[in-house]
Amino acid sequence: MQLKRKKIAGLLSVATCSLLCTPLQADEGEWDVDSAILYYAEDNDRVQAIEPVISAKKDLGDEESVSLKLVIDSLTGSSPTGAVPSTEVQTFIRPSGNGTYTVAPNETPLDPSFKDTRVAYSMNWEKPYDRNNRRNYGFNISKEYDFTSISANALWQHDANKKNTTYSYGVNVEFDEIDPVGDVPDPLTSMYDQMKGDSSDTRNVIDLLFGVTQVIDRTSLFQINLSLSESDGYMTDPYKLVSVVDDVSGQPTDQLFESRPDSRSRQSLYGKYKKTLANDDIFTASYRYMTDDWGVDSNTFDFAYRFKFSNGSYLQPRLRLYDQTAADFYTYFLLESDPVPSEASADYRLGEMDATTIGIKFGREVDRQHSWSVRLEQYEQTGESSPSEAVGQLRNQDLYPDVTATIVQLSYSFIF
Amino acid sequence: MTIRYQWLLLASLLVLGGCSSLGVEPWERNILARDDMLMDADALDLAFDEHIYFSKEASSGGQGFAGGGCGCN
Repeated sequence: MQLKRKKIAGLLSVATCSLLCTPLQADEGEWDVDSAILYYAEDNDRVQAIEPVISAKKDLGDEESVSLKLVIDSLTGSSPTGAVPSTEVQTFIRPSGNGTYTVAPNETPLDPSFKDTRVAYSMNWEKPYDRNNRRNYGFNISKEYDFTSISANALWQHDANKKNTTYSYGVNVEFDEIDPVGDVPDPLTSMYDQMKGDSSDTRNVIDLLFGVTQVIDRTSLFQINLSLSESDGYMTDPYKLVSVVDDVSGQPTDQLFESRPDSRSRQSLYGKYKKTLANDDIFTASYRYMTDDWGVDSNTFDFAYRFKFSNGSYLQPRLRLYDQTAADFYTYFLLESDPVPSEASADYRLGEMDATTIGIKFGREVDRQHSWSVRLEQYEQTGESSPSEAVGQLRNQDLYPDVTATIVQLSYSFIF
Repeated sequence: MTIRYQWLLLASLLVLGGCSSLGVEPWERNILARDDMLMDADALDLAFDEHIYFSKEASSGGQGFAGGGCGCN
């Protein structure tokens, strides 16, 4: 009798569940567990990461739930410093200020001491307020050797139009502490002088999100989000450098610690469309436009098509396309004859670039309580490697090396 | 208010005003209620992607909060 009542309750939930409510997976009191491990590897001995994650959600009944998530992120490899290559051997001081490392002629300078482990923990609580309103509170803490981040967020969701329209209003407040190896460098001073200030610095971030999710018909829906993000505080990467080069020869004469503005204001518009086709396959497309007061404008397109098979398995190809303009203060290098600007960064991630991700995912739902998937993707990032402003020997150097990364993800979900 | 910002606001208002005639009855939700039709289906994939692209590009957020993220940027 008890079981029958539970089944009827389950069927009723399926029939009436709004789109953004908890999906019918775990029954009341059960844990719905998602686990995965990600392997990320860039070519040419650059960054490698192994990232296991486990996330568990408990259904407390009446659409109330709590979620817990643990992520461990282990990074190794080398990261570009921002300094330009040279036809001569270059010597750099390690970020700690202790010891040096050399870079061979015509090689992109990489910091070989890139190694870190991040542990991130988050929890979430979702509870209905009344028939048409839900609230969701979250808390996150992330800690790595030189960085600590704490954030809290709240999301209010309101259903309207027979639950065909859902409005979301969210706020996220974040506090970060940056504690660089070898203390915080004085901006745009010579790396060889090792002028350092405080041992740490901070930044605050506030995000606002306003979204609408709309059912179109029995098989399709879309979502539009408007996001605003304000960051204040230390935004500079303490390990990045900008080369000063001779106006004629293009040979580096000094290496400066980079400097970024101490605030950033970002806005983005995000849209996502999802449709189940007549053969049960699912098509998903999304687009994001982001703009900020650093001069970065970006477009991100993401397409996926899920071929579904009768035995509960699926195959999903994916294509992601990204482009961005350079930040106003991004520069490949500084000329010796020019005055030192107030802000400058040669971090390739702030340069003009295009990126493409091609991937495929295979998954299988073994039964109602177990499913697994494997995802394989390749990420390629390209920029202008021979800019017109290059002088002397820099004309023959690759000033924006391509990044190629392989991404492998194994996932397993179960209920207990 | 910049022109870009006004454009974002206008697009959002158009979406808000234009949706009331769309939708289905509660008993027509069998397909939409499937897990793989949720907007945040494959949540771990989305979280991994957000972390990877935040670390490699100058943009973040959109579907969720942008945040300050990890120290890797």
